[in-house]
Amino acid sequence: MGLALAPVAGVIRLVLRRVAAAAVLFLIVLTLTFAAVAGAPGDPLSPNDPRIPTEHAERLRALYGLDQPLPAQYLRWLGAVLLSWDWGQSYQTGRPVSDLLFESLPPTLLLAGGALFTQYLLGIGLGLIAARRPNSWLDLGVRAASLLVYALPTFWVGLMAVLIVGVGLGLAPIGGMTSAAAYELGPLAALLDVLAHLWLPALVLGLCMAGDIARYTRSSLIEFQTTDAGRAAKARGLPWTRIVFVHGLAHAAPRLLQMAAVSAPLLLSGAIVAEAVFVWPGLGSTTLQAIQAGDVPVVLAATAYGAALVIAASLAADLLLVRLDPRLQAE
Amino acid sequence: MRRSSLPRPARAGAWILACLAVLAVAAPLLAPYDPAAQLDAAESSRRPPLSSLLVVRTEGAEPRLAERVSVEGDDLVLLRRSGSVRLPLGSVTNYGKHGVTERRRAWLGTDALGRDLLSRLLYGARISLTIGLLAAALALTAGTAVGSLAATGGRFVDQFLMRTVDGLLCFPHLALVLLLAALYRPGTWLLVILIGGTGWMGLARLVRAEILRLKQEPFALAAAAAGRSPAGVLVRHLLPNATTPLLIDASLRVGGSILVEAALSFLGLGVQPPQASWGSMIAEGQSHLTTAWWIAAFPGLMVAAAVIGSSLLADGLSDRLAGLRAGKGRPARARAPWAIRTWLGQT
Repeated sequence: MGLALAPVAGVIRLVLRRVAAAAVLFLIVLTLTFAAVAGAPGDPLSPNDPRIPTEHAERLRALYGLDQPLPAQYLRWLGAVLLSWDWGQSYQTGRPVSDLLFESLPPTLLLAGGALFTQYLLGIGLGLIAARRPNSWLDLGVRAASLLVYALPTFWVGLMAVLIVGVGLGLAPIGGMTSAAAYELGPLAALLDVLAHLWLPALVLGLCMAGDIARYTRSSLIEFQTTDAGRAAKARGLPWTRIVFVHGLAHAAPRLLQMAAVSAPLLLSGAIVAEAVFVWPGLGSTTLQAIQAGDVPVVLAATAYGAALVIAASLAADLLLVRLDPRLQAE
Repeated sequence: MRRSSLPRPARAGAWILACLAVLAVAAPLLAPYDPAAQLDAAESSRRPPLSSLLVVRTEGAEPRLAERVSVEGDDLVLLRRSGSVRLPLGSVTNYGKHGVTERRRAWLGTDALGRDLLSRLLYGARISLTIGLLAAALALTAGTAVGSLAATGGRFVDQFLMRTVDGLLCFPHLALVLLLAALYRPGTWLLVILIGGTGWMGLARLVRAEILRLKQEPFALAAAAAGRSPAGVLVRHLLPNATTPLLIDASLRVGGSILVEAALSFLGLGVQPPQASWGSMIAEGQSHLTTAWWIAAFPGLMVAAAVIGSSLLADGLSDRLAGLRAGKGRPARARAPWAIRTWLGQT
């Protein structure tokens, strides 16, 4: 019985350790965002503004806690964020920032999810093609293409896609997440409507991110064929497709999963510009709009949300890795 | 001892970067026109690549452009986009034996204000490459400093610096730059600090790991045993041997910084007019995408060329590093800190 329980306890301990590390990381992220704002020049209540009477300014300072020393302000802010998820109010609309971001989070997750799917579909597919015959023209082509999509700016690819696919061929709407008349549609039609808007931005973003995946898949599959496991599979007379799809991809999977977590910040950076190009109503669009309006609380919270998404992604990848890689469970 | 050179793709990358650098430096010589000149904007705006317009000069007035000219009686008729305009032949100063022959050629087209795109691309290279190089240099310096400090400064310093790095790496790079750009509203030079100052974290990790590894190597232990101070060992022995990974990262970082600058300028928070970088030129082209695709298209290709150059170079350097690690190399000479020789020279 002890033997059966021991690995389970080990896994639980491992999972708890990863969750705790993620929580600490989130705390560091919050501290850094606070430091960025505290260190920025300018004072919310400019002391030299003659239009604000001194006693008025003093009262406002006391009201917002700005008269307190920085550590006290920090603790107060941190407490509000952690205990009641209170990120303050938008300067523009007066609405709670958390409500505003709650609305723009799902579109970003949808776009990033779609892009992640295309990224891995294209990356693994191209990697497989390239690994079939190393150093052939096809391989060279895939390698050149993966370098090119890495080097082209995402927003440029997006603009050209809008121009060629959207305007020229008329195959996709040129922006937005829903049609103007989407509120009249039934649930299924509304879903299809969103998908019709999603596919092009997700394809563009996924394509721009697919280069690394293709390169790694290629080199990992080529390398796998020289390992003992690869040669054993070949010696058993398995067809190439089975060697590669079943054994080779299993060999590459843990690292591919880690790459998803590592490239999560890049994916979100890409999502910001993709949202700007395709007028996608997500976190990036909200951030840009808030920057133009000088709405610091919204920018601040949106940045922290981005970092939180990255932490969540790497935690998820860590946990999946424990599930995927039996060696980790044994430790 | 055989002089070995970099692998072919890496040399190609170095050549691409060198060519772009020459284009940028020699922009005043190479640019066919003043990049800011808006000659007769009503006629010259959004002209496609490889098109050209006739220049008709008259005394005391701005030159006028026309698609074609013909002579009717005593008048020169200028065929223009908006219709035809008549000018008395006598007032045209460059009307010669063969009629009006002066042409303004737009090799890569003109932008919405009639400015020559090729000239603007060449001058834009100056801004884009300068920002890319300086930001990479800043990131390299900061990353090396933080990484070295963490590796040699004791446990508390190490923990503090590395946890900060972990935290900073959680932010999507562009989101972090956007936040800081929103808080600090940078000019072109602050932009360098912003992009470089947010791009050093990966490098700091790398340098720290590299130095912790090298510290255990016999040559470093010997130098310490011979009485060199820890700082001396770091500067004279450890860092010179970490040059290759540093250069790989720096090379990649140049392309990365150009991409970040382009994205930032595209979003309207980077280089501001009248200065123009490739990114801000793409942004200008966005609103004329359907009528003049070339305004946005060509700067994007320039960005891609720069990034391809820098990553080919980095790839080649890391192949070379793999060779050195495989035991073909030897420690860098202590007398030659920062010796480029260690990665370009003898193996």
